[in-house]
Amino acid sequence: MSKKPSATIDQKPAAPVPYGQAPVNASLTAEQKIELYRQMVRIRRFEERSHRAYTGKNAAGGANIGGFLHLYNGQEAIAVGCCSLMGKHDHVITAYRDHGHAIAVGMDTKALMAELYGKITGCSKGKGGSMHFFSPERNYWGGHGIVGGQIPLGVGLAYGVKYKGHKGSAMAFMGDGAVNQGAVHEAYNLAALWNLPCVFVIENNGYSMGTSQARSSAGELAKRAEGYGIAWAACDGHDVYEVRATMDKYLTIAREECKPAVVEIETYRYRGHSVADPDNTYRTKAEIEDYRRTKDPIQVFQAILLAEGVLTEASAEKIDEAAVAEAEAAAEFADASPYPTAEDIQKDVYWESDNPDQRTSQGRLFFN
Amino acid sequence: MPQITYREAVRHALAEELTRDPNVVVMGEEVGQFQGAYKVTQGLLEKFGPLRVADTPISEAGFIGMGIGASMLGVRPVMELMFWSFYSVAFDQILNNAANVRYMSGGQINCPIVIRGPANGGTNVGATHSHTPENILAAHPGVKVIVPSTAYDAKGLLKSAIRDNDPVFFLENTLLYGEKGEVPEEEYLIPLGQADVKREGKDLTIVTYGRPVIQSLAVAELLAKEHDISVEIVDLRTIRPLDIDTVLASVRKTHRVLIVEEQKPFCGVGAQLTYMIQAEAFDELDAPISRLCTIDAPAIYSPPVEAEQLPNPQRILKAALALLD
Repeated sequence: MSKKPSATIDQKPAAPVPYGQAPVNASLTAEQKIELYRQMVRIRRFEERSHRAYTGKNAAGGANIGGFLHLYNGQEAIAVGCCSLMGKHDHVITAYRDHGHAIAVGMDTKALMAELYGKITGCSKGKGGSMHFFSPERNYWGGHGIVGGQIPLGVGLAYGVKYKGHKGSAMAFMGDGAVNQGAVHEAYNLAALWNLPCVFVIENNGYSMGTSQARSSAGELAKRAEGYGIAWAACDGHDVYEVRATMDKYLTIAREECKPAVVEIETYRYRGHSVADPDNTYRTKAEIEDYRRTKDPIQVFQAILLAEGVLTEASAEKIDEAAVAEAEAAAEFADASPYPTAEDIQKDVYWESDNPDQRTSQGRLFFN
Repeated sequence: MPQITYREAVRHALAEELTRDPNVVVMGEEVGQFQGAYKVTQGLLEKFGPLRVADTPISEAGFIGMGIGASMLGVRPVMELMFWSFYSVAFDQILNNAANVRYMSGGQINCPIVIRGPANGGTNVGATHSHTPENILAAHPGVKVIVPSTAYDAKGLLKSAIRDNDPVFFLENTLLYGEKGEVPEEEYLIPLGQADVKREGKDLTIVTYGRPVIQSLAVAELLAKEHDISVEIVDLRTIRPLDIDTVLASVRKTHRVLIVEEQKPFCGVGAQLTYMIQAEAFDELDAPISRLCTIDAPAIYSPPVEAEQLPNPQRILKAALALLD
């Protein structure tokens, strides 16, 4: 991200776009708008720092972060826009590109970075890793590794909301590749059939791993909802106002009328599918650069807020500096934290083995 | 004590738990209006209404996943698989999501779901509908697996399963649904992970579970009458958690072990049992552990031959006599 975005953005909006006048956005205070901006910047800086940690070495010469790392750079307006609309009984579930949503629901970046480092202070005690962030106290249900496998769970969250008589919803996020998974379609059918308050969000970044939408998916993605009689919409995910205005409509319908919707949000990821992706076989550097220059969600929103007079370049710079410092502090915290021990391996497997005084079953639970 | 069928025992357990806990819901294919593909849930829709007893489309991955998601929010779904054979369609939901979500969240999320349905061969429905996946399920830490053999056990164990805070997989048997057994009218629970010595004996231990328990009891009777052989029968009832102590106590008493399971032999429950018995009671054994399984091929359709493929009284008798020879 440039510190002087106005110099690098081609199509700087001269005035607030109409989405800014949508009631859900027009009602925002300046502070709330700045908070949306701050969250997007915090996600960007967190991802950049985690990428640096992934490719760097720790003091012992080993890797800081193992396994896969799927970065959210470029998609920030979606998680921030959607999660900013959450009320007490609104729930979120997503796939493995889950860092942005975790930050957007308010998880502590120290615990997130520590999870990446595999430390006991991580949000899942070092047992989940990058793809498995959870915070049930913030209605954030993961963080799931199998493409589309989280979508039936999302419908289950919506079922739970309805069964318990709450006025709420579940937002079930997936990538554009997930729409080709059978479980997603089974979930669509159930949500429509049972009138469940589930808003399915397709974060369409154009590529299912290294396969472009044109090479993987027939037809329009969100339009597949029509076959199930589900309302659908497509919107631009580079403008957080547009994301909020679109999602607010369908979340309101979900909460008030208990009806599902499919919302496809166009976006782009700057990094590879995961950090292991060399990212030079299926798209051009020019394409990535073009998105960065013209559609970067942080720059787009910064330009809007500058035009609105809500933000100044100086205050934007302060927000950015604070986000860099926060990410750095998170990395330091993660680095300094201890790993789980071998004794921790068999904790958190069963509720019963973690609550031995309340155990009702007998016999061996583990076989070593 | 009244005699009721295994089917009625499961139904009574469901009805009692639906009555006791408003968070319990029963869902599955044909559980409501159709009255259950095997009539297990007969009458429940009428009694509890469509919010508590819900028919699902034929979408095992979708509705099992939905149940798992709901359980994370504190609903206690009891999901029926028309056949456990269909677990393969929902494998990702059952064994990636239900089994792992507590662990991957560092213990923050529980998944108090029960998935139940029949898992057996012997009904001439061919290989796709005759799977007995208890070994595959139990190979996943985080889950519990029950295979009851009698009406009494089915009721007491299912009620415990529904109250359990971990995911529990409950494997019934269509060939046992009509079998009657004594079941008390007053409420009772059977703890998971407690084996039951179904018959006491001193010459040979048969360790088994599910329908082969019933067959083994008949063989034991025959061996007592015609061969003066005293057989002890240990019904595991639960595969995971496993009551190995009751098995070992019996081994120390009889010193000979025959494991009978309606499973293919490779990596079956009996393979794990055999390992544990030799590891923990090697000096107690007077003979190598013997094992009788389903003959190692996909389930054959041909009705008289399928009976030969499965454990049956003739095969059990032969294996028992061979072990005592």
